Amino acid sequence: MKRSITRLLMAPSVILLLVWMIVPLSMTIYFSTIRYNLLYPGQNNFVGLMNFEFFMTDPGFLPAIFNTLTLLLSVLIITVVLGVALSALIDKPFFGRSIVRVLLISPFFIMPTVNALIWKNMMMNPVYGVFAWISQTLGFEPIDWLSDFPLGSVIMMVSWQWLPFAILVFVTALQSQDTEQKEAAAMDGATSWDIFRYLTIPHLARPIAVVVMIETIFLLAIFAEIFVSTGGGPGYDSTNLAYLIYNQALLQYDVGVASAGGLFAVILANIVAFFLIRAVGKNLTV
Amino acid sequence: MSYLAITELQKYYDSYHALRGINLSIKEGEFVVFVGPSGCGKSTLLRTIAGLESSSSGSINLDGRDITELASSKRDLAMVFQSYALYPHMTVAENLSFALRLAKVPDEEVKEKVRSVSASLQLDPLLERKPKELSGGQRQRVAIGRAIVRQPKVFLFDEPLSNLDAALRVQMRLELARLHKKLGTTMIYVTHDQVEAMTLADRVVILNAGSIEQVGTPLELYRQPNSRFVAEFIGTPKMNLLPTENMIRQENELVFQLGAGEIRFPTARISGPIPSSIVLGIRPEHMSLSEEKGELNGRIELIEHLGSEAYAHIQLSSNQTIIVKVSARSDIKDGQLVNINIDRDEMILFNESDRVISLLAEEVEDV
Repeated sequence: MKRSITRLLMAPSVILLLVWMIVPLSMTIYFSTIRYNLLYPGQNNFVGLMNFEFFMTDPGFLPAIFNTLTLLLSVLIITVVLGVALSALIDKPFFGRSIVRVLLISPFFIMPTVNALIWKNMMMNPVYGVFAWISQTLGFEPIDWLSDFPLGSVIMMVSWQWLPFAILVFVTALQSQDTEQKEAAAMDGATSWDIFRYLTIPHLARPIAVVVMIETIFLLAIFAEIFVSTGGGPGYDSTNLAYLIYNQALLQYDVGVASAGGLFAVILANIVAFFLIRAVGKNLTV
Repeated sequence: MSYLAITELQKYYDSYHALRGINLSIKEGEFVVFVGPSGCGKSTLLRTIAGLESSSSGSINLDGRDITELASSKRDLAMVFQSYALYPHMTVAENLSFALRLAKVPDEEVKEKVRSVSASLQLDPLLERKPKELSGGQRQRVAIGRAIVRQPKVFLFDEPLSNLDAALRVQMRLELARLHKKLGTTMIYVTHDQVEAMTLADRVVILNAGSIEQVGTPLELYRQPNSRFVAEFIGTPKMNLLPTENMIRQENELVFQLGAGEIRFPTARISGPIPSSIVLGIRPEHMSLSEEKGELNGRIELIEHLGSEAYAHIQLSSNQTIIVKVSARSDIKDGQLVNINIDRDEMILFNESDRVISLLAEEVEDV
């Protein structure tokens, strides 16, 4: 009796959540199996798996997967390595530490679109960008970042955006590290590097796993930075899966193929998550 | 010849004066206990010896070498922390061998040393476990093992038993005493528990407000405290301290009036001038209850039975309360009026600045 009342009371929220998830998913599945092109309204006949075939044979498909994974791994490595290093550096008290911390965290408050615009127009512009000015001052030819290294430029922007998140998590984790353990290690003859290597890094295993998982979720769906800066180009050089789907749906008006791509992205995300959780997830059980 | 010599050590935290000119000399192989109330600077002193805190001035010499400015990793000391501070992601074996591996000791030697230490501390079945899978007492033993395995010049213990339950604490105390006997290494031990201090130490250092109050063997401190602070700190229950407002100087006697009773004390025993006010100190076991007339009298407030003995809390007619040790079998009851005899030879007198008044041996009166 009591149990059924509990279930009855929980039902609205459970049903709402279910609908919230089921409706978009089933609509996507439905769209992916019909012909659904905005240029040919009304001709929505069932086509089976043809949309998937179109999506996978698209010339942008393989580059998009490659770019998605490259972007993901590069940003993960950069943010985790730099994040651990910077957090360890600002862990000891020094004059102006709180200001430095706020400055390190602040890129996180900037929205992705603005971030991309800043990098595109103020930093990477080959004529009046800061990088160009540095190159010229040192007597080198300025680099046209967005056309010569499109994916590299996107990686740079996204890393800058996500580094604060990593720092935020790591700084908090470092504060919970036991000082007596570090003192014990110092008494045991450990140098600062030894303490970092044998105590701090293992202590950070769990926060690193958390950062990797959370960042993976967001990095697989990077869109704004690419849209604002390179537009996926030149060619498909900086097109990732999310951008390719956008390309199909709103540039080629083919909602059916885009839906197929969306489902494919869900599968890819699951595969990546499976391996990542296998790789770092064992740290969560320490 | 002192092994560890501390000279004029000062320590400031900003404006707070934590250590006020510590001078201490410790012999090789000695077990020295730092004891004092919280905030007295005993942990700071230990941490300064360890090199975990820097000193503001003064010097520390170990085995003929000035280590005042040396990093703690180079001092050749080992420390056991209150929280044990075991490395959580390493097994017991790895915890034990960490220092040796850092020092690049050959693998075979590391294994041999870990084996002998784990055997002597009964850690063998635990070697592959992580610290969180151990009980408090086991963690404590691993922490001690981690210190022993390095064969340091001095062991430092920072309240190592305070996280254990009472029964285990007594057992570990015994193990520590055995360990010191076996190894013969110099040990410095910090505690706020005077029982640990009394039972373990060769010499006890009593600290108060950043300075050394008294140094001596446990019995010296118990019998000849040189200040009221030491007298109150050492001994359970505390020494009875009776401030005497009414002190009458007679020809060759001082008469302290306490309510209806009075204590007579020969002036000849006081060397030097007689202070204007005196606090009498007398331990519970140096008084006895009697049927006939005693020096003091009062009413039993309550009796604490400890099994082998009992302590009677007695309210004097002067409204002061004193504690007298009585036989566990005595049939006195709460509320009973009693007379108290005092063993005057064991009395300790403190002057108005709470220092002890030095006394001469009592002359035989009956001659």
